[in-house]
Amino acid sequence: MRFILRRLGFYLIAFWASITLNFLLPRFMPGDPVSRMFARSQDRMQPEQIEALRKLLGVDDRPLWEQYIGYLTNIFTGQMGVSISRFPTPVTEVISSQIGWTLLLGGTALVIAAVVGNLLGVLAAWRRGGAVDSALPPLLVFIGSFPYFWLAMGALYLFGVVLNWFPIRHAFTAGLEPGFTWEFIGDVGAHLVLPALTIVLVSIGGWMLGMRNTMIATNSEDYITMAEAKGLRPGRIMLRYAARNAMLPSVTSFGMGLGFVVGGALLTEVVFAYPGVGYQLLNAVQGLDYPLMQGLFLTITAAVLLANFLVDILYVRLDPRVRSN
Amino acid sequence: MTTAILQQPGKTADKTPAARKPNRSFVHGLITNKKALTGMAVMLVFIALALLAPLLFPGDPSRITAMASLEPSAEHWLGTTAKGQDVLALTIHGSRSSLFVGLTVGFASTFIGILVGLASAYFGKFIDEALSLVTNVFLLLPGLPLLVILAAFLPPGLGTVILVLVVTGWAGSARVLRSQALSIRSKDFVAAAVVSGERAGRIMFREILPNMASIVMGTLLACVIYGIGAQAGLEFLGLGDASTVSWGNNLFWAGNEGALLTGSWWVFVPSGVCIALVAFALALINYAVDEVTNPRLRKIKTPKDTERSAAK
Repeated sequence: MRFILRRLGFYLIAFWASITLNFLLPRFMPGDPVSRMFARSQDRMQPEQIEALRKLLGVDDRPLWEQYIGYLTNIFTGQMGVSISRFPTPVTEVISSQIGWTLLLGGTALVIAAVVGNLLGVLAAWRRGGAVDSALPPLLVFIGSFPYFWLAMGALYLFGVVLNWFPIRHAFTAGLEPGFTWEFIGDVGAHLVLPALTIVLVSIGGWMLGMRNTMIATNSEDYITMAEAKGLRPGRIMLRYAARNAMLPSVTSFGMGLGFVVGGALLTEVVFAYPGVGYQLLNAVQGLDYPLMQGLFLTITAAVLLANFLVDILYVRLDPRVRSN
Repeated sequence: MTTAILQQPGKTADKTPAARKPNRSFVHGLITNKKALTGMAVMLVFIALALLAPLLFPGDPSRITAMASLEPSAEHWLGTTAKGQDVLALTIHGSRSSLFVGLTVGFASTFIGILVGLASAYFGKFIDEALSLVTNVFLLLPGLPLLVILAAFLPPGLGTVILVLVVTGWAGSARVLRSQALSIRSKDFVAAAVVSGERAGRIMFREILPNMASIVMGTLLACVIYGIGAQAGLEFLGLGDASTVSWGNNLFWAGNEGALLTGSWWVFVPSGVCIALVAFALALINYAVDEVTNPRLRKIKTPKDTERSAAK
């Protein structure tokens, strides 16, 4: 319990830090980006909306601490202002319409990469020097050396443009009615293949090597020798004795990987014009849409922190050593 | 460390295993390791190309020299872009900015990581708590969105790119180096140095730091890989310094000019392959460092493995 509380306190501090960063950035950056934004969009907005945005982004005459209190109040009551590039939609509405796509893309890719990567790692460590162990790691590290977006563009070109196997843009075909129909789900699935595949390709090597190295350490433990001496089947020793105990670091990486899901899919989303939060974040940056930018960053951070906290709780269930401390 | 250098080259470590010095076997292990040699060879080629770029392709590489979108030919080995620039010149000149930013970011992040890690481990208590908290917060904040936000608010330029990459990159090295420094901090020779009244700075940098040389090197390599990849990513998103010629900017323009949609693969392939080759070479050196310093990962059959394969 103490462990959980400590972690919770840590995540709260981390969240506070990201809010404060968000608060300080537009106020202390040179070049006054906020005024630039206002100059561009002044004629489309109501005076009271301009006033609200000025307060949100710090273009007002109140003392700093007063602005800060006001900012915190706004954040915790969910008032993030209105988006400028999609005026007059509120920021929260823009984000909630897109976070689902990011979770779908990132979640699918993360689960596939983690499951397949860990299994390969277990096999590689179990048969050291075997085919899986000697051929796959260098290959996967080499693939992992390519920039994500480059692989994504290559896949898009090869499978989308040349071979025309998969659609190359967006999350579903324009004009299709979203809903729980087979047609729509199939269409979403087809649009998901290429972006998810590229993320899996670059991230699977890390999972495999991490698992392999932990497994090698676990394999030299006494209880493995004991299990062998008892004459247990090798498959049972591999999965129930060695792999099970080597899983713990992978659980932690899974939490970190969730961070990648929400934030790191950005490049992939940009290449495939996939309508998730990362793609929207870049659009917001290009359109000087500071309220949306801030809202997206806070949402992404909150999601990452929450995911890590859930993994911590899971970790306490899995590892009794954490409980006894 | 000095004793290792003074040792005669004739006295190889293999002949006198008892007197084997850790640093000597580290260097020896590295230069006899196939992975490390391959990695270092690739890196040397790229560094040479980067240094010789002004001689090989004099003048501004982004000037328009030929017809647009030419396929690779004897005259333009890698073809030309949609603007009519020579792709090979762009690629070779691009290595300068990419390697420079990568190395700068790598060294700066590792340096901050060393300072934070050593201070955490040596002083402990409150300082360790505070520094670890800051490190963990930075580790947890989603890196790529943070990069994008920072790059959006700061004025564009090469300095901004480097600053932003260091801000998002130092925490990882700090955590790794702290845990290593902690384990060395608890060794007897450090306690002896403390008791003998050595200054804090001396203990940190002369007693603890030399003993974690290999992990510092691993961290440095990882940070350089991060720097090169992240710079390319930022530039590809159009958030880098658009005025420099670099691999990331080459790819940004390739995407912008629709190189792939028109089938000009030769504009798009070289810069990406270069990034991958450099990252792979550095990763190879990194794995070699791991193998040399961690005996469990070495490709020597342990007695246990031989027994197991014999039993089958």
